[in-house]
Amino acid sequence: MTAGDGLRAPGSRSHYDAIVIGGGHNGLVCAAYLARAGRRTLVLERRPMVGGAAVTEEIFPGFKFSVFSYVVSLLRPEIIRDLDLPSHGLQILPLESTITPLDNGDYLGTWGDADESRRELERHSPRDAEAAAVFGRLMHHMAMAVKPILAMVPPDPASMAPSDLRSMLKLGGHMRELGAERFHALYKLMTMSSADYLDEWYEFDPLKATKSASGIIGTFLGPRSPGSAYVLLHHYMGEIDGAFRAWGFQKGGTGAISESIAGAARSFGAEIRTDAAVVRVLVKDGRATGVALSNGDEISAPVVVSGLDPRRTFLELVDRKELPPDIVSAVEQYKFRGSSGKVNLALSGLPEFTCLSGSDASLRVRAARGAVSISPSVDYLERAYDDAKYGEFSRHPYMDIVLPSMIDPGMAPPGKHVMSVFVQYAPYHLNGGWTDAKREAFGDAVVDTIARYAPNIKSLILGRQVLTPADVERITGLSEGNIFAGELALHQLFFLRPAAHWAKYATPIRGYWQCGAGTHPGGGIMGASGRLAAIQIAGSSVRPVAQAKSK
Amino acid sequence: MLKSTPFHERTAPLVRAQTWRRWAGHQVASAYEPHPDREYAAIRNSAALIDVSPLHKYMIGGPDAARLLDRMVTRNVMKCAVGQVLYTPWCDAHGKVIDDGTISRLDEGTFRLTSAEPNLRWLSMNSVGLDVTIDDISDRTGALALQGPLSRTILQQLSPADFGALKYFRLVHTSVREIPVTISRTGYTGDLGYELWVDADRAVDLWDALIDAGTPYGITPAGIWALDLARIEAGLVMLDVDYFSSHHALIEDQKSSPFELNLGWTVSADKGPFNGGRALRAEKARGAAWGFVGIDVNWESLEQVYAERSLPPHLPAVAWRGSAPLYRDGKQIGYATSGCWSPLLKKYLALAHVTAPHFAPGTDVRFEVTVEHRRKPVSAVVRRLPFFDPERKKA
Repeated sequence: MTAGDGLRAPGSRSHYDAIVIGGGHNGLVCAAYLARAGRRTLVLERRPMVGGAAVTEEIFPGFKFSVFSYVVSLLRPEIIRDLDLPSHGLQILPLESTITPLDNGDYLGTWGDADESRRELERHSPRDAEAAAVFGRLMHHMAMAVKPILAMVPPDPASMAPSDLRSMLKLGGHMRELGAERFHALYKLMTMSSADYLDEWYEFDPLKATKSASGIIGTFLGPRSPGSAYVLLHHYMGEIDGAFRAWGFQKGGTGAISESIAGAARSFGAEIRTDAAVVRVLVKDGRATGVALSNGDEISAPVVVSGLDPRRTFLELVDRKELPPDIVSAVEQYKFRGSSGKVNLALSGLPEFTCLSGSDASLRVRAARGAVSISPSVDYLERAYDDAKYGEFSRHPYMDIVLPSMIDPGMAPPGKHVMSVFVQYAPYHLNGGWTDAKREAFGDAVVDTIARYAPNIKSLILGRQVLTPADVERITGLSEGNIFAGELALHQLFFLRPAAHWAKYATPIRGYWQCGAGTHPGGGIMGASGRLAAIQIAGSSVRPVAQAKSK
Repeated sequence: MLKSTPFHERTAPLVRAQTWRRWAGHQVASAYEPHPDREYAAIRNSAALIDVSPLHKYMIGGPDAARLLDRMVTRNVMKCAVGQVLYTPWCDAHGKVIDDGTISRLDEGTFRLTSAEPNLRWLSMNSVGLDVTIDDISDRTGALALQGPLSRTILQQLSPADFGALKYFRLVHTSVREIPVTISRTGYTGDLGYELWVDADRAVDLWDALIDAGTPYGITPAGIWALDLARIEAGLVMLDVDYFSSHHALIEDQKSSPFELNLGWTVSADKGPFNGGRALRAEKARGAAWGFVGIDVNWESLEQVYAERSLPPHLPAVAWRGSAPLYRDGKQIGYATSGCWSPLLKKYLALAHVTAPHFAPGTDVRFEVTVEHRRKPVSAVVRRLPFFDPERKKA
């Protein structure tokens, strides 16, 4: 042991067992597991705060926003348990409902209580109310069969390696358990558009529109694009984990989730540096040896993990000549195509939705504690997509609106509110490119559309933050502003995420790994990519102490 | 016909699913909404307003008031300062618990005792030869628990009292928008919280004032289901659920001493003679036969027994009250009496009675669950109570 070792101040060390590039939630999860496995781990984050796209910022004094990602849906239960996130601040509050305002002035509601939801749907279509129960069961069974995939390192189907064959067999086993009827339904889900698939079940158009909206989020697809149906299944996977009740709104916004993971990582000994931008991964003889920072510092480690998206991981942080050409071209073809924007509003009071004006006060308050989905018809959504297809933002976009201050009063000053508006479509590749004027025009289109349903909105706005995909890319680093670090489309999932043969978190450069949402399973504040990457890197030592098997 | 509380005309219209329950002869809300999720969340995130009026309340005065209570309960009432509140059980002559509640010293010579069951007869029996007055004020007094991280902020909008200076288990006589109230920093949730005591004829006004000032802070009326989740996380025992009054027990095994309920800390070592004192000293010397502990059910193990039947784990939506056996090395070593899924800690928790020597924290046990009509042992670990103990509770 050299004399210097014990004397160095924390943070000035220049050698670690592992370096994680990017303090997004997956990078933090990966670092926490590596630290728990005893690796001396350093996280390097370019921004002044950790979280990546899961950050809370006080954009206007007193008004806090989950700036980008805004709800918790699929955060893996095993991560919550392994890292004991509740003791580090994870606190998930229930979201109450979804209200879809209809063009005829009425609304369609989905409530936390199943009976209440059924009665509400009966009001619009007794047939659909009955179909919903059957549909729900079918989706539940398919989700049960597919869900283990989320916790699985993707096998390579073209490989004859025993581990790959075993995984493929296991997967085949899950599929066989489905039975013929459900297997056929699954096949349809994988190939159909969400609109077509839902047509087979439902007649009430606003219901189909609202359900299909979950199939288009974060993708450059419309509800009538084949492949969009599959994402419906993700929704039901969340419902199975609903047993664990990890779905809802994080107290203090999504930044508090990142903080809780960072807290867990630190408790295991990981070190986290912010304002530390990595510009390059150091490679010697086909092996990663460390990273170089923008300030010129170099830090060495035998393991370097990129939490960034595949484009940055493969094409920016390392020299292309270090990589075989097939991966370079695969990543070049990997689709980002950010398609959504975000508008964050500071409000002086509660917006009044016209569709609820005939309802009693308590229902209006309950509705304000849930989401408002601007998806009055499938045509409405498809038209919104039409605009984007030809390079324009939607004049009348799909929106998912939440008032986080109604759920967590700490998000805004007493009596005032914050409104989070997820907007689709806002294509990254806008005709003529995004400018300040285009951004404001996009913001105006969003507010004008909200005003169609809640006319008092304009008089309530105290502050407005508009984020285009170009802004998302500039601030978070997510290429083309894709919120999932690459489209969640069938051709980019599982053993093809991000590229064939490189879906197991390794890269062609030894010691250089990937753990971002651009790897399987990706998407949402799930953390599974970070965990699976850590398992691949550190092997069984990241797994919890084996529990005694029950008989 | 059940009695209603002084807040009934405000609470009744809010009980959307007509989920009422019986509490000490009163009709109270199990939950105002069909599910207690949001009401529970208010306890841990903003502020919940809970009608706790069914508690029995006695005013005890006279020169010997302190002596009466000191003789009756396990804690040292002679040391109770004016403005202080004591949580305490009280026992029969054999050191077995009759009931538990709080004693508030309202002024030099006046105490208020709260209890889960009627205790007028027991108070009278213990007051023989003492110069005291005992007044059952249960029906004349409304009680509201305001519990949660924002409870202090809300009270500060309404009352001139200095809540920053009001310590844990202390009380203050003050007013809320001109309504005279006593506010104690107490509760049954293990969180920052207060209980407000008001004359029944001003109860509705108090409710309105709290709702009015609390709305911007997310104040939420909450029922007993939400309270039950919180009290399990806080490791607080409930009469007739986790233990039975020795006055009602049919057999000795149904009785518990304070040591057996994790209430050993309430048994004063330095006070004069009191009911059960001798028996409790002896029990302390030889060590209690039972412990009252937390049980943390292992999720992977629970998932496993459900997966065997191709099901996701089924979790109770509200706290259960019953009896679930606990095993170690194939032998039953105790039983859990209440349990819940903790929405906050993301754990399946239970409160349990465990025989010596199995109550050390970290002990591996088996907890019995029923999956599709079959009883299955699931791995679980003994934990020290409380499960949840935030700094803000006492800060």
